[in-house]
Amino acid sequence: MGKTLAEKVWDAHVVRRGEGEPDLLYIDLHLLHEVTSPQAFDGLRLSERPVRRPDLTLATEDHNVPTTPGPITDPISLTQVQTLRRNCDEFGIKLYPMGDAEQGIVHVVGPQLGLTQPGMTVVCGDSHTSTHGAFGALAFGIGTSEVEHVLATQTLPLKPFRTMAITVEGELQEGVSAKDIVLAVIAKIGTGGGQGYVLEFRGSAIRALSMEARMTVCNMSIEAGARAGMIAPDETTFAYLEGRDHAPKGADWDAAVAAWRELRTDDDAEFDNEVIIDAASLTPFVTWGTNPGQGAPLGEAVPDPSTMDDSERHAAERALEYMGLVAGTPLRNIAVDTVFVGSCTNGRIEDLRAAAQVVKGRKVADGVRMLVVPGSARVRLQAEAEGLDAIFNEAGAEWRLPGCSMCLAMNPDKLAPGERSASTSNRNFEGRQGKGGRTHLVSPLVAAATAIRGTLSSPSDLEPVAAPAELATQEA
Amino acid sequence: MEAFTTHTGIGVPLRRSNVDTDQIIPAEYLKRVTKSGFEDGLFAAWRTDETFILNDPSYAAGSVLVAGPDFGTGSSREHAVWALMNYGFRVVISSRFADIFRGNSSKAGLLAAQCSQDDVELLWKLLENEPGTSVTVDLESRTVTAGDLTAAFQVDDYARWRLLEGLDDISLTLRHEGDITAYESGRPAWKPATL
Repeated sequence: MGKTLAEKVWDAHVVRRGEGEPDLLYIDLHLLHEVTSPQAFDGLRLSERPVRRPDLTLATEDHNVPTTPGPITDPISLTQVQTLRRNCDEFGIKLYPMGDAEQGIVHVVGPQLGLTQPGMTVVCGDSHTSTHGAFGALAFGIGTSEVEHVLATQTLPLKPFRTMAITVEGELQEGVSAKDIVLAVIAKIGTGGGQGYVLEFRGSAIRALSMEARMTVCNMSIEAGARAGMIAPDETTFAYLEGRDHAPKGADWDAAVAAWRELRTDDDAEFDNEVIIDAASLTPFVTWGTNPGQGAPLGEAVPDPSTMDDSERHAAERALEYMGLVAGTPLRNIAVDTVFVGSCTNGRIEDLRAAAQVVKGRKVADGVRMLVVPGSARVRLQAEAEGLDAIFNEAGAEWRLPGCSMCLAMNPDKLAPGERSASTSNRNFEGRQGKGGRTHLVSPLVAAATAIRGTLSSPSDLEPVAAPAELATQEA
Repeated sequence: MEAFTTHTGIGVPLRRSNVDTDQIIPAEYLKRVTKSGFEDGLFAAWRTDETFILNDPSYAAGSVLVAGPDFGTGSSREHAVWALMNYGFRVVISSRFADIFRGNSSKAGLLAAQCSQDDVELLWKLLENEPGTSVTVDLESRTVTAGDLTAAFQVDDYARWRLLEGLDDISLTLRHEGDITAYESGRPAWKPATL
């Protein structure tokens, strides 16, 4: 019997296999940020262990960094960032600090440098490491004990994951994007549906996606509970990688591409599970609740918990209470205070282009603040070279410096209690964007249209010219 | 890591599903660079509600948390495990754990014991009817006992062995350093390096 993509990458990294033990897996790339690494370095110092492969390790500052000019003012955040700097210096690890031309969100930086390549194993003390699976890498988040383990040994003991195919066939309608695909997948299988699995996204709709869009899909695999998401590499992948700083060059490139072409699930391989999605049936998707599985098409209404089964009803009731929503309210009538475009899910150049194209020539609705935060310094420069910053500024949005920003309320960008956002990030948990904040997860297109109308919207809801002011204020 | 064989302590019924790691400890509490002191952030938002279970004096000294399904979803932050342990929890019982949380627990010495949802319901009723009831969790026999109730739980064999022995993964792996070096010598030269 043939192998799945995930099994091929796994098998190529087994250092040791022992009876009754987990496999010992080699790690090709270890990414670090300031939040989940300090205790791991402390552990190394306590046991007097070196970092085995500093040359396969890279650090960046992202979670704590402010997205407005100036230094970190929170002394505890500053200590955490300074601790990373000291640790990288002591152990000889490359670090891209705030202000550096290569700084950015760890999951934006790895791919844009060409460090994330097909068939690799990639880990980081961050659950959204699944992003890198878009290249056909086996990439997953780990805890701090495992960070220490990888620093010390460049390996991890792991039990094999099961495999699930998520097959998305057909053509997406206009205005429907990668974010809508993955939100629909999570709503279908639930936040625990992927537990223990590596998801392989496949089918014609996935093949048609750009690398940025594939990263959005794989990024949110973790929100379905999966360890990782993967997409087999193809010409789109190779074209993205060719010429990047760390991509192989010359004869090495040819050898690498030849090896990468083998990285696909064999025709006779069997998945442990399969989910099939019809791409043409998808429409813009938004969340209404407090976990990423509580979502619905934008054209629908806030669901009625009394129609749900016992296991879901209680959680849905709690979610609606927290979100301040009433069952039956059309989702399009929900007014927001803030729109956030950014994060490791949707902070890449293509995401910013999509949002810019919607706000161009229009104005952000009165009373709505729109934050646009590039995922990295390179993305920011690229966007500015294309004039996207001017488009956002003219529309009344705030154009910021790169970082995790409002995805997780660990830096100055937060929601106030009761404040409601449409956010291109990945988690709508209670308090995720700030204590008491209410989050609706959306695509960049929906985020931008929502900023213009002031209520959850898709670009097709917008007038061809600037939206009439009464529409925005009427429902605010 | 401290070995875990058996533990007896007050059971805390947490009737919520999808307890994500942002609820266990919000991001604003993740800025410390140590492994201690995270108890102040444990369930920080929920603890501001005076009806929250840990604000009930009968449960405040609890050490066995009994929660709904999909416990520990979301972020990979091991701080969630440290916060539970810093507060005094040694065991979390749920019918389903998020993968990363379960892994982090076994590394840090917190037992993530997987019971059937039916047993979780029985434990909830028992602990709610008689606040302060002790629960005994025996890793050797993989059983949870409280009052008249005895329930089996599942835990990965390898994680169980490591917990029982209190073994540190890194030392176990470094016993096989020769295998790592041998693997490294066979890696393709075109694989990327950061330096």
